[in-house]
Amino acid sequence: MTSGAAEAAGLRRRTRAGWLLSTPALVLLAAGAAGPLLVVLVFSFLSQGEYGGVSLPFSGEAWFRIFLQRDIFDGTVSAADAHLAIFWRSVWISLATTLITFAMGLPTAWFIATRPPGQRSLWLFLITIPFWTNLLIRTFAIMEVIRNEGLLNTALLSLGVIDQPIQILFTDWATLIGTTYVYLPLMVLPLYAAIDRFDMRLLEAGYDLYASRWSVLRRVILPLVRPGIVAGCILVFIPSLGAYVTPRILGGGKNMMIGNFIELQFGQARNWPLGAALSMALMVVVMAALLVYVRVSAREGRDD
Amino acid sequence: MQHDPNNHGGQHVSARPAVSAERVTKRFGQGTADVRALDEVSVSVARGEFFTLLGPSGCGKTTLLRCIAGFETPSAGRIHLNGKDITDEPPNRRRVNTVFQSYALFPHLTVAQNVAFGLEMMGKPRAEVSRTVDRMLALVRLDQLAARRPEALSGGQQQRVALARALAPQPEVLLLDEPLSALDLKLRKEMQSELKRLQHETGITFVFVTHDQEEALTMSDRIGVMSTGRLLQVGPPREIYNRPVNRFVADFIGETNFIPAMAQGGQVRLASGEVVGESAQAGPVTVAIRPEQIRLSEPGEVGGIPATVEGATYLGTDSHIHLRLKDGSPVVARVPSLPSAEPGPAPGSSVGLRVAPGAVQVLED
Repeated sequence: MTSGAAEAAGLRRRTRAGWLLSTPALVLLAAGAAGPLLVVLVFSFLSQGEYGGVSLPFSGEAWFRIFLQRDIFDGTVSAADAHLAIFWRSVWISLATTLITFAMGLPTAWFIATRPPGQRSLWLFLITIPFWTNLLIRTFAIMEVIRNEGLLNTALLSLGVIDQPIQILFTDWATLIGTTYVYLPLMVLPLYAAIDRFDMRLLEAGYDLYASRWSVLRRVILPLVRPGIVAGCILVFIPSLGAYVTPRILGGGKNMMIGNFIELQFGQARNWPLGAALSMALMVVVMAALLVYVRVSAREGRDD
Repeated sequence: MQHDPNNHGGQHVSARPAVSAERVTKRFGQGTADVRALDEVSVSVARGEFFTLLGPSGCGKTTLLRCIAGFETPSAGRIHLNGKDITDEPPNRRRVNTVFQSYALFPHLTVAQNVAFGLEMMGKPRAEVSRTVDRMLALVRLDQLAARRPEALSGGQQQRVALARALAPQPEVLLLDEPLSALDLKLRKEMQSELKRLQHETGITFVFVTHDQEEALTMSDRIGVMSTGRLLQVGPPREIYNRPVNRFVADFIGETNFIPAMAQGGQVRLASGEVVGESAQAGPVTVAIRPEQIRLSEPGEVGGIPATVEGATYLGTDSHIHLRLKDGSPVVARVPSLPSAEPGPAPGSSVGLRVAPGAVQVLED
């Protein structure tokens, strides 16, 4: 046997051993991630069971009904306006949440990253404190603040700023306040990690080369902390899109987001295939958005 | 302050200084705990001059540079650039550029984009920017690497990019903050002559900060020696070396023998009685003599300051002869090495030391 062939055989052996050793991980992945997804995918192509659940035959009805509806009497097909309104609300609230948390998170993260090293962990600790309390309780706390007889309205009324309480609770604005509050730490932490790596001496280099504060932000800081911005936006946008508790409590029963709508299908509406199809659709949209982002940033990286 | 007549790098030396500091003081901290990084420093640098601020770390030289750049605001005093008071201008409104000790190149930009940055911020038209960038990269001999990122460059190459980036906007004054300290010896020597060449070709005023006295002596038109926030002496390298104003300057620049002496009636005498110089003062003084200015008497030659040979250190071209005067003061003489095996007179032998009258400095302590 030549040494080359021996080497190749050794490599094959090592590869085989490698696969064998990674079996537990592969089994976990298959059982924990791929399996349930497959179940959801199959359910989305089945028919609605009589008392919930699914039944045969296979059907594309659920996917059809995501965007379209058929009139019960004359069978004409039209856009499912109620569904589209829910999708639209989910998207705009998630986008707004991402933008607001970014606008609030960048100065916050910058503040923490520019503290003396000994103080930083204290500030980070303070940022993570809300995680110690159950989401439901925090959401009810927000409700207490923004309801008509709550802290905010009482304060504004007694200060004479307003004559009547502002109706915030059970509107989309309440949901937006809730998601912003809940997801702000998820924006601050990755931004902090990126700013912490940023070499502050580059600021002086920027100012030295005639850049204004705004130009330094746009041309030096933002490009260099971009990985943190992207991570923060993904971490905020995706869970916002699927938010359940916040719109359910703060938005009231009517102002549903996709998460509530999916829950409705598996609960009261007893339309499991539609719920499964909605879940899959949501996932596909998120994955597509991520893919587009990866493609674009890879191309920009080459162009620079 | 007089301009150095030996200035070779200067193009047109005008009466108005390129940059000047007037009684600039910088305090850090507050109340009683404050530290004076700069203590009423006044200096002016002529246009086209290669001016070096020299001193040990913590002497305030970098603080002065940062005050000129605008990164620090003086606690008191004014800074003028080309006759205009810029003390209250932000750094981005000052026509000065800095070569940072850490280079501070933008890692997300290519070499060409780094060099173009300042020009773009000034709002120069695209065509002019790319023309200037090409010219600057050719000037620092990096035209082949224009599309690279800084991380793909060696330390010396990054240094050149930092230089090109700072020179591209044609600043009134280029500030260099120990730019060569991160380079190895060979590269440092190369960059020293490279810097001189660049200064000559661009005609831009250089203010260079270093703690390396040799670097300062070889490159500068004039040197300002600093210690603990004060500017002790300003002058051309020869003057700084041969006529140090005090013990600190004499000690910091080159090697020097310090010998206690007594001044009386206009004459300075060593403890052994020899007259070595003149001084208007009276009382104990210190005389400074460079080792290479001391000549040992030949065998049989009479006169000179009597001393005993204690040993010798071979340095290659020269040897250090360690001597002791009658009053016990140690003295080192630097003499050319002889081709013979012996580096100098045998230990224990007596010799006479001869020093040219002009080579003796009488220092205030």
